[in-house]
Amino acid sequence: MKSFEYVIQDELGLHARPAGLLVKEAKQFASKINLTKDGKTVSATQLMMLMSMGAKRGATITVTVEGEDEDVACAAIEKFFRENL
Amino acid sequence: MEQYEGKSILRKIAMGRIFFYEKNHAIVKRERVEDSEAELDRFASARREAARELQDLYEKALKEVGESGAAIFEVHQMMLDDEDYCESVCSMIRQEKVSAAYAAAVTGDNFSQMFASMDDNYMKERAADIRDISERLVRVLHGDAADMGSLAEPVILAADDLAPSETVQLDKSKLLGFVTVHGSANSHTAILARTMNIPAVIGIPVKKEWDGKLAIIDGFTGTVIIEPNEDQILKTRAQMEEEARRANLLKKLKGQKTVTQSGREIHLYANIGGVSDTAEALANDAEGIGLFRSEFLYLESDHYPTEDEQFQVYRLVAQNMAGKKVIIRTLDIGADKNVDYFGLDAEENPALGYRAIRICLTQEEIFKTQLRALLRASAFGNISIMFPMIISVKEIVRIKELVEEVKAELRVIGTTYRDVELGVMIETPAAALISRELAKEVDFFSIGTNDLTQYTLAIDRQNPKLDPFYDAHHPAVLRLIEMTVENGHREGIWVGICGELGADMELTKRFVEMGIDELSVSPAFILPLRELIRKIH
Repeated sequence: MKSFEYVIQDELGLHARPAGLLVKEAKQFASKINLTKDGKTVSATQLMMLMSMGAKRGATITVTVEGEDEDVACAAIEKFFRENL
Repeated sequence: MEQYEGKSILRKIAMGRIFFYEKNHAIVKRERVEDSEAELDRFASARREAARELQDLYEKALKEVGESGAAIFEVHQMMLDDEDYCESVCSMIRQEKVSAAYAAAVTGDNFSQMFASMDDNYMKERAADIRDISERLVRVLHGDAADMGSLAEPVILAADDLAPSETVQLDKSKLLGFVTVHGSANSHTAILARTMNIPAVIGIPVKKEWDGKLAIIDGFTGTVIIEPNEDQILKTRAQMEEEARRANLLKKLKGQKTVTQSGREIHLYANIGGVSDTAEALANDAEGIGLFRSEFLYLESDHYPTEDEQFQVYRLVAQNMAGKKVIIRTLDIGADKNVDYFGLDAEENPALGYRAIRICLTQEEIFKTQLRALLRASAFGNISIMFPMIISVKEIVRIKELVEEVKAELRVIGTTYRDVELGVMIETPAAALISRELAKEVDFFSIGTNDLTQYTLAIDRQNPKLDPFYDAHHPAVLRLIEMTVENGHREGIWVGICGELGADMELTKRFVEMGIDELSVSPAFILPLRELIRKIH
């Protein structure tokens, strides 16, 4: 399993559009990708649950990636966060 | 006549009949469906149909309102794809043996509740998005076609609330504006209204019986009038004609240079009295700010505005104007303007008294604070500084010494600034008469015709008894203006007008012939002047 932490920079937080794009991105990988904030864990493919986390600017998200393509997936998701959030 | 105050989304006016739009809140009954598999199939095909509709809406919005307005329909498509949402609908169909429409409606309610209860305004508004997709699914499942586009005549749409998909489906040529109970300035509806340039007022207790009645929505004041009286109708009509004229000019002249037939370019700048006025200046295509009256900073405050307070304002205006020239006039108050903390004595002749640059050159610390704020802000745009009420060369020499002192202080602390242009206002006969000498000391002149006229004619404009003696086009004033232009040009500096005469279209041709380089006027005069100047030879 691989993981990283990310502090949300986007002014609106993890809002609808990037959340939707994250879902698309996450679905390309076989690995199970989870986001955890304040003890609550949500799969990166659950759009509405992702939005309902209420991850605002400044919030720290822990992302875990587990599966056969975890190396590639983790790098891609981390890149996605930096570019979109 | 009924009148209501709400929150305006867009500064425009509309008048027309109300069309009351009632959402087809399909009442979704709990129906028992035995054949769950068939119902699941119906749900799957409804989802495909809804996705197709959303794709169409996305493309329509992209064409009509651009990428940012269209993005919401992309989000709706993603939400429609949400696995938890779909799983919830499917499991209700399977386990509770209910219809797909009922399952979609209940699931939509549950999910939108979740968002409505979040303590984040952006997320609260997503509740409306989820209701919107659920209602779309229910409508498709009920076999109703989407219809909002068939309005017979242009109307003002009144509704409880409008979903983004509803606003975009509207036939814009039939829509004069809208009035809603709900919504916020940041809702998608408001954003779409703005991009579509439709006036809208929200927070109005809309009533069904308004349907078919004449109404006025005034986006400048946030007022909605139902069944207006004759006066209000006439007034609104005049305002709308003026607006339409302006819009037409803007369409024709926006981005065009202000050049005469013989190719001489005149700069048309705006006079403003506060940061928020920059929006109107830009909307009227001002080429810059020719007079930013810094007084408001002092008049609206109960203490001497600090360097930082001033810096923030100057920087903001410079940034708003994005590289266009911003000429800021230093403190211009006197005993006739009441600023308690200055502790100014009452005077017999305030217009001839302790005011403007005279205060600045006496209480130099006040002046230097303003100069420091201006120079610091100069790093963020294209700022020039202009000094009011000048009567002698020695004043400008002293001002330049003070500017150099402030620059030296800034260098010591490593603060960046730009070498700004310095100019003087020509608003006393004395300044006009010695303009040749003054021109050697500065980068530009701006003629303040209001004071220049008052001082030249010795007439107080506030006294109506003097009206018969007053002549706005008095040859003495015009001669002083001409002299100032000539002297400025002899010394190689540019000369503008920032007083009321600058917008006097009877004089524009004269000023152009005199060789004036710039006119700074209220934003509303910019385009009419550009139109006129482009016809002058």
